[in-house]
Amino acid sequence: MARVELNGVRKTYPNGFQAIHGIDVNIADGEFIVLVGPSGCGKSTLLRMVAGLETVTDGEISIGERVVNQLEPADRDIAMVFQNYALYPHMTVYNNMAYGLRNRGTPKDEIEKRVRKAADILELSEDQLARKPRQLSGGQRQRVAMGRAIVREPEVFLFDEPLSNLDAKLRVQMRLEIKRLQRSLGTTSIYVTHDQVEAMTMADRLVVMNGGRAEQIGTPMEVYERPATVFVAGFIGSPAMNFLEGRAEGGKVVVNGAAGLAAPADIPDGPVLVGLRPEHLAVVDGGAAMLELAAEAVEPLGADTLVHGRLGDGQLVTIRLSGTPTFGEGDRIALAAEAANLHFFDPETGRRI
Amino acid sequence: MVENRPFATFVSHFVLILGVAIVAFPIWITFVAATHDGVRITQVPLPLLPGDQLFANLESAFFTGVGNAREQSVGMMLFNSLVMALMIAGGKIAISLLSAFAIVYFRFPFRMGFFWMIFITLMLPVEVRILPTFAVVANLGMLNSYWGLSIPLIASATATFMFRQVFLTVPDELLEAARIDGAGPLKFFRDILLPLSRTNIAALFVILFIYGWNQYLWPLLVTTDKSMYTVVMGIKQMLEAAEESPEWHLIMLTTLLAMLPPVLVVVVMQKMFVKGLTETEK
Ligand SMILES: Nc1ncnc2c1ncn2[C@@H]1O[C@H](COP(=O)(O)OP(=O)(O)OP(=O)(O)O)[C@@H](O)[C@H]1O
Ligand SMILES: [Mg+2]
Repeated sequence: MARVELNGVRKTYPNGFQAIHGIDVNIADGEFIVLVGPSGCGKSTLLRMVAGLETVTDGEISIGERVVNQLEPADRDIAMVFQNYALYPHMTVYNNMAYGLRNRGTPKDEIEKRVRKAADILELSEDQLARKPRQLSGGQRQRVAMGRAIVREPEVFLFDEPLSNLDAKLRVQMRLEIKRLQRSLGTTSIYVTHDQVEAMTMADRLVVMNGGRAEQIGTPMEVYERPATVFVAGFIGSPAMNFLEGRAEGGKVVVNGAAGLAAPADIPDGPVLVGLRPEHLAVVDGGAAMLELAAEAVEPLGADTLVHGRLGDGQLVTIRLSGTPTFGEGDRIALAAEAANLHFFDPETGRRI
Repeated sequence: MVENRPFATFVSHFVLILGVAIVAFPIWITFVAATHDGVRITQVPLPLLPGDQLFANLESAFFTGVGNAREQSVGMMLFNSLVMALMIAGGKIAISLLSAFAIVYFRFPFRMGFFWMIFITLMLPVEVRILPTFAVVANLGMLNSYWGLSIPLIASATATFMFRQVFLTVPDELLEAARIDGAGPLKFFRDILLPLSRTNIAALFVILFIYGWNQYLWPLLVTTDKSMYTVVMGIKQMLEAAEESPEWHLIMLTTLLAMLPPVLVVVVMQKMFVKGLTETEK
């Protein structure tokens, strides 16, 4: 078990491309950290730097108080699960799991014990242990890849989108299993994904990344309730947050075609971006209305209904209502949100006000 | 094709059978000639059916020798050929595996330079560089030795390329997983690359064994001692009998024997051979 610290970590690839622009994260012992962000934001790069598969251009990475910048992957006491599993195709499942231990000179009976235990935890049968990876289903291969990580009993688990090759149902199941496993082993874990549901459900803390920077680090609820930037606000939550352009004047925010919104008292005058989550907007009687929406499309999802519409000045807004709505396409509806659920951002910097 | 046209089927079969016959007929004649005695074989017309002298001929080929290669039994020649072919095939595979490994997995200075140097040797088969190569081998005192027979033929750009292609299809993640598993470069090579290239090695072995077995010009140059004759060049020597006319029945028998090992290698390794040339999935 170990803490992992990243201090001012930067990465410039040999072709001059700067993939990571200085990231600081302190990961507590036993914590499950999820790196999430759009494709190409540098999640894998960062993870691979922790693993020792990429060099660190600048900054310091330490695992359990030990600076590991110069250490070989095998000496860092980590285990990694790859997106395509990277199982050795010519070795049996048993040997796949045992290979790393053999290379470290672990005694035979100890290897046997650990592999059996991992197989037990992952519900891999004796028969499956004797098979080659290609004779297994995707989900089973995934388990073997996990098993290979577990038997090493490392300080840190690293996962690079380990579930993205599985079908939706299996993904949900494995998601729960990985989480359960991590809890019971108590091993510090760094998990990369671009799937925000995975990110929200698994993480103790999220690192939301964009363009090689950490936009926000916090618990899933912190990130959801108080997104630090417009990017985070738009990235976390589905359907995405609505952004309305408005102006702050004397402590009130005015959005075209809407009544004045209550704003934090210290808001400076000038343009602001107002963020409203679809699920925080509710249909109200005319009197209490903050916004008036012309409904253009109604999408029933079963338990919920999505309504897409436009404000008076043409800005698009999506809302999410529970149950079936009483109005249809073309109707005008009055909406309101609680003051606590309004987010204000500086349109220049994208930062939360 | 899943068409069913009797006439087309007939024509295609006819053409194929004709082709087989054209290829097979000389071999059949060789076989027939090897089973008659020296007198019958020189009479016209040539016999078309096997005779009963096969074992007698085998005995004289193995124990008395033939023509100019008189003191040299065919058995010894076959053995020399076998050693040479195995050394060439084994040596080529070992060297090519290692050089492909270096080129694909290591970033050393002038890597591309070395790559192109290997490439250029494609243009320099033994026949082109035969005199300088002979001089080198002679100066190293390797004439009339297995080393002299095989070493100059071992460097192989083709095999290096093939293994390079094979290694390039091995996913990077395997290397990374192996690094995390604590496998150094040589361990990775031995435990992962080698087993993954198994079928390719087998395919190449078949090709290179036949290449080595069929060498003619080079063995002719470097062997003067009859005990080092290989069978392919030995056949040529048998034709040059001093006084007598060539002993065709024995020569044909030797030819037949010389064709056997390559055939055996192909038959035994056929499955892996095809897999190694066609399989791409790693
Ligand atoms: N070897 C490399 N050389 C140069 N640039 C690279 C290299 N590897 C990755 N990059 C670039 O670095 C950036 C980050 O890549 P990275 O693989 O970390 O993205 P990611 O966040 O994992 O994306 P994805 O979700 O698609 O896997 C990308 O813009 C990519 O093009
Ligand atoms: Mg990635």
